[in-house]
Amino acid sequence: MSDTTSNPTPVLEARGLVKRYGHVTALDGADFALYPSEILAIIGDNGAGKSTLIKALSGAITPDEGEILLDGQSVRFRGPLDARRHGIETVYQDLAVAPALDIAENIFLGREIRLAGPLGFAFRMLDKRRMRREASDHMRDLNIGIRSMRQAVETLSGGQRQGVAVARAAAFARHVVIMDEPTAALGVKESHMVLGLIRQVRDRGLPVILISHNMPQVFDVADRVHIQRLGKRVAVVEPRNFKMSDAVAIMTGAMAGEAISRG
Amino acid sequence: MGDASIVAERSAGPATAEGRTPVSLAALLANLGPLLALLLAMAFFASRSDRFLTGANLSLVIQQSMVVGVLAIGQTLIILTAGIDLSCGAIMALGGVVMARLAVINGVHPILAIALGVLTGAAFGALNGVLVTNIQLPPFIVTLGTLNIAFAITHIYSQNQTITNVPAALTFFGNTFRVGSTAITYGTVLMFVLFGLTWFVLRYTAFGRHVYAVGNNPEAVRLAGININLLLLLVYTAAGLLYGIASLLSVARTGVGDPNAGQTDNLASITAVVLGGTSLFGGRGKVLGTLVGVLIVGVFRNGLQLIGVESVYQVLVTGILVILAVTVDQFARRRQQ
Repeated sequence: MSDTTSNPTPVLEARGLVKRYGHVTALDGADFALYPSEILAIIGDNGAGKSTLIKALSGAITPDEGEILLDGQSVRFRGPLDARRHGIETVYQDLAVAPALDIAENIFLGREIRLAGPLGFAFRMLDKRRMRREASDHMRDLNIGIRSMRQAVETLSGGQRQGVAVARAAAFARHVVIMDEPTAALGVKESHMVLGLIRQVRDRGLPVILISHNMPQVFDVADRVHIQRLGKRVAVVEPRNFKMSDAVAIMTGAMAGEAISRG
Repeated sequence: MGDASIVAERSAGPATAEGRTPVSLAALLANLGPLLALLLAMAFFASRSDRFLTGANLSLVIQQSMVVGVLAIGQTLIILTAGIDLSCGAIMALGGVVMARLAVINGVHPILAIALGVLTGAAFGALNGVLVTNIQLPPFIVTLGTLNIAFAITHIYSQNQTITNVPAALTFFGNTFRVGSTAITYGTVLMFVLFGLTWFVLRYTAFGRHVYAVGNNPEAVRLAGININLLLLLVYTAAGLLYGIASLLSVARTGVGDPNAGQTDNLASITAVVLGGTSLFGGRGKVLGTLVGVLIVGVFRNGLQLIGVESVYQVLVTGILVILAVTVDQFARRRQQ
């Protein structure tokens, strides 16, 4: 590939992934590479193996063949939790938050901080003050200006809720943030805001994998675009010197991939 | 472009951890409504009867409420997870018969008999939990089934006999101590302690917050890596344990092991939970609201009796209050969406 010469080891890489469901081959030797501090979008028609690829990378499925490498080390994820333990966080399209809990409680859901000392040890008491302070720091890091971490998430707009989900992912991801259609449930203005958040996450040094159906959004925000077709990666292009219509042509098979990605 | 600070539409200031949150009128009503209703009812009965606001009478109201009160704590936990428990009264009756029969007929040490009765409640709670999580049956159906199973076992085991002459240990919580001239039942103290404990757990522990979250959005809880089945199993078992404790309070209050105890207590406990402002859709509510709900029912029952209104009107008033409470909840929810 043309654009990898100056780059070091990929943060997350996949080689020759194969996944079959009965007679259907969802992944047919798919490769993948994500480099530090980039937003890599994955596009592909329905049935191209986009979501199977993402499931393999986030630990939701185990590929039949092939290899996944994290920072150059071969890994096997035994489930989404295992992938999370390896520092890969995912933001989902359907706003996976608990509406009645406050912002701090949502950011720390499942990873709560207990008080130090006997209150935390014997009574399992939470350190709500510290959780709110740290939640506030995470939200501020992404320039999300919400006044109180005690605000229930249901009082927020859809974009702000997704902001909470992004802040949670960014707070706990050590290697990669995966955004699975993060704007699908949002309006134009709110989508725009979430795209801003995605850039912020990258600018803070975390690479982002973005799955989206929205071509203009992809070409607006991505540094590179991975084009998936018939279970394989057919091209990787850079939006700044590639036409959206050509990317769509590769995606649908109207134009050959390999030749163009080199050009 | 792509400026993320657009998020700050409603609040221009920088993010801070503490700070008051804006509260809507509907949310405020949902929060304070139950307490307001309780105070209004008390003021009304105080104005109609001189005997209502005496220490002795208020102590009686609470004493009459303690069994349903403890059942309603368990019911609150389950309703917060978006479930419902129809079996609580039947489980309580079974626990009471178990502890009374073991102590009286089998000559088991009273303390051991109490422990086994309470554990019977916990075991039935765990059964509910296993059926709801592992077999994924709706809680309504599961607890309708266990309601009948517990009821039948109670009557088979007790041979339809009320067990009398129970040892003193089983009636300890029916005894009273005096504060000034007012006699207070130990059982009511236990009820308040259990409410306080549950309040703490729900508010200040990760488990408690997960109980709310799972009633709110189970998918989010699953994605956060929390074991939902284990969480629900713990909730149903804890509720069963509370029903077992309610068995002891029931035996203590009546002095007998009665196989017919608690037959309407399942609906009474649900009524208390709903009157206390907890949403039947799960994820929203407060256990201290349930305490208020229990007291509302108790105050109406006692007050209407004092002013000489037929008991059927108590049922009528309770029905109206339940519908009012659910209406307020619906409005509060709609406002938030």
